Amino acid sequence: MTELRQRVAHEPDAPPEDKESESEAKVDGETASDSESRTESAPPPVSADDTPEVLNRALSNLSSRWKNWWVRGILTLAMIAFFFIIIYLGPMVLMIIVMCVQIKCFHEIITIGYNVYHSYDLPWFRTLSWYFLLCVNYFFYGETVTDYFFTLVQREEPLRILSKYHRFISFTLYLIGFCMFVLSLVKKHYRLQFYMFGWTHVTLLIVVTQSHLVIHNLFEGMIWFIVPISCVICNDIMAYMFGFFFGRTPLIKLSPKKTWEGFIGGFFATVVFGLLLSYVMSGYRCFVCPVEYNNDTNSFTVDCEPSDLFRLQEYNIPGVIQSVIGWKTVRMYPFQIHSIALSTFASLIGPFGGFFASGFKRAFKIKDFANTIPGHGGIMDRFDCQYLMATFVNVYIASFIRGPNPSKLIQQFLTLRPDQQLHIFNTLQSHLIDKGMLTSATEDE
Amino acid sequence: MLELRHRGGCPGPGEAVAPPPREGEAAGGDHETESTSDKETDIDDRYGDLDSRIDSDIPEIPPSSDRTPEILKKALSGLSSRWKNWWIRGILTLTMISLFFLIIYMGSFMLMLLVLGIQVKCFHEIITIGYRVYHSYDLPWFRTLSWYFLLCVNYFFYGETVADYFATFVQREEQLQFLIRYHRFISFALYLAGFCMFVLSLVKKHCRLQFYMFAWTHVTLLIIVTQSHLVIQSLFEGMIWFLLPISSVICNDITAYLFGFFFGRTPLIKLSPKKTWEGFIGGFFSTVVFGFIAAYVLSKYQYFVCPVEYRSDVNSFVTECEPSELFQLRNYSLPPFLKAVLRQERVSLYPFQIHSIALSTFASLIGPFGGFFASGFKRAFKIKDFANTIPGHGGIMDRFDCQYLMATFVHVYIASFIRGPNPSKVLQQLLVLQPEHQLNIYKTLKIHLIEKGILQPALKV
Repeated sequence: MTELRQRVAHEPDAPPEDKESESEAKVDGETASDSESRTESAPPPVSADDTPEVLNRALSNLSSRWKNWWVRGILTLAMIAFFFIIIYLGPMVLMIIVMCVQIKCFHEIITIGYNVYHSYDLPWFRTLSWYFLLCVNYFFYGETVTDYFFTLVQREEPLRILSKYHRFISFTLYLIGFCMFVLSLVKKHYRLQFYMFGWTHVTLLIVVTQSHLVIHNLFEGMIWFIVPISCVICNDIMAYMFGFFFGRTPLIKLSPKKTWEGFIGGFFATVVFGLLLSYVMSGYRCFVCPVEYNNDTNSFTVDCEPSDLFRLQEYNIPGVIQSVIGWKTVRMYPFQIHSIALSTFASLIGPFGGFFASGFKRAFKIKDFANTIPGHGGIMDRFDCQYLMATFVNVYIASFIRGPNPSKLIQQFLTLRPDQQLHIFNTLQSHLIDKGMLTSATEDE
Repeated sequence: MLELRHRGGCPGPGEAVAPPPREGEAAGGDHETESTSDKETDIDDRYGDLDSRIDSDIPEIPPSSDRTPEILKKALSGLSSRWKNWWIRGILTLTMISLFFLIIYMGSFMLMLLVLGIQVKCFHEIITIGYRVYHSYDLPWFRTLSWYFLLCVNYFFYGETVADYFATFVQREEQLQFLIRYHRFISFALYLAGFCMFVLSLVKKHCRLQFYMFAWTHVTLLIIVTQSHLVIQSLFEGMIWFLLPISSVICNDITAYLFGFFFGRTPLIKLSPKKTWEGFIGGFFSTVVFGFIAAYVLSKYQYFVCPVEYRSDVNSFVTECEPSELFQLRNYSLPPFLKAVLRQERVSLYPFQIHSIALSTFASLIGPFGGFFASGFKRAFKIKDFANTIPGHGGIMDRFDCQYLMATFVHVYIASFIRGPNPSKVLQQLLVLQPEHQLNIYKTLKIHLIEKGILQPALKV
């Protein structure tokens, strides 16, 4: 919160223009999503530098530009190493990390809202924003837990009641927050308060729903979590490299540093990377199996018979590529075909999330969302391309991969009334007979 | 859009006060201290100042032209202004109520269309307010994009509804099968196309405005479209779940007003100075009584009580069924203190009437918060009414502001306390599975049903 107190301390006396130049002064160095107007103004003075002392001393000899490069590089490697460690630790830790990232992103965006609207002196509203975050998270986590850990929930009495009336409880909690908001409306600040209310809700919509979709994907199998995120990161890095070495034609006015060469080079590199990564990961059960809760051992397990997607199959190579590579057939996992779709989305549409965030920063005249990661900016800066990806993967899985869960269907069936059960049974029977799966003779079993 | 042109252009025929000729520019000029350099300053900076100022700096939007039809005006020309207003409101109220009855008579499908029409109009009203507040009428792309997003979200919700409730209907048509199976993907692709168009349409000077309008559109969609679909889902449970909550809210509005008018003394909340505690409490009790009686009357008819179903043989929507236990008279023994009052041992009630008490209580206690929210909104943006659609009452949103929380509450109430999972949805999902899975499930179900005695093992059903 140190950067917040610094900003707030300057607010009351400084008119808006000063605030903008002050937020400029807060950044150190360049980020990938630079705006050209910043370089036109005077070079920013040395700001509150969050880089640890160790790095500062080690790099004190190099010039400012290379120093920046090194800081970014080291931090990138640190983040990637951190990512690997967490994957190793398992799905439960991943879930907690996703939640922490979500809370930090929410905090960053709400802070920007406060700064834009100078509404730090509406103390009620900070409480209310965090309260709404809590409610929505409670609702989503409740739904996830009920879906995936049905048997665990059924066993414990208090959990069963909570899950049966889950929607009602969540709605009541939300209503309390809504009524508190209405009661807290102060005559002079109506508009501000409505703006902050709207801001909070849009932030919740973007940040919280996406993070829960990420967790849903995670439960399908860690590979559905790791491959999309890695593709987006790879696309970021590859597009930057290609742009750095070959970049000539600008891509979009919004982000002047992006180039067409970077975009296309990043696309091909990401597709290849996705293919290789899925080949490597599909071999391991711990990545491929859905996360399940084992009743007997009372813990989460990732152990199963891999589905068809993750079994090697022979594919015939189309004639045109045959002549190039000289092979007739190739052994691939079917998942690799899907990974092409995921990588394509990550490279073509993912950047739009980045442009959206750039436009947002430009609109509110901020350089970075926050100053959490030295050299990179806030957590939101790192995750801005991920948002569309999470929804896409979830929709992709729901539409093309996974059908409805059979055991879950049986659970739902058992809660219906007897006449409804009979009706469904009869319909299913006639459907199966139509399809030829059942004949009237086999009815006698 | 008519009222906008009136406000922006020449005064209407009945206007006493001429609105400023270019209202938008004048309002912008009012709070620029350097008024000469309006056009040259960055537009975003101008709105940056706009955001942070307190409300009193923002000028009032002058009242719009009078939309009362000529007939009414002539008929009421004799009366004084105050009574004339009363009469207009009264006549319009009766007109709206009779229109409501007419549509109920015409059936659930017409009701669905009505809800859709109201939703589109409410969306239009709120978006129009957003445009006026941000003077963003010169961002033509954005109007298209807002309506496009409305279309996408409606398509998504209607597709989910149709798939859930009309599984058998959908099974038969091949094209519908494809649309249903990939429904989420298609909806997401449509939404993405809109999102990418938004990003590509960002203009340097108007970035902030465009983001505001984007957020405004999304919050409006969240409030209005989701609520209207919850209303439609409640409707499909049975028309009584649609009629009773809406009537309770309307009744609470009217009776709170009447109680406040005759007995009102203590103000309720600073936000709406005309509301009083007497009106609030009186409205509460009368709404509970009204809900109780209305539930008793409506529970008798199958037309209101049965879920809407699609019958494949008749190829239409029917509301015919064996009424569930909720709607069958039961004898309740009265608690002692009521026994002494009413001098009866038992009373026969529909169980639904107990639920109606819960619904009416919510409508009277929490429903008004929706109204306060809307009042605060109007006060924040300095508008008197959302629009001028209904003479004497304001816009459609003015009539429906208390209904929003009610719609969500009814849906959550049904999901938690009344209905189990939806059988058609289970069926729909069953039919989508792989044949081997279906066969396995079939066998499991058969064993289960035979165990429970629902299915006789020897009979071929």
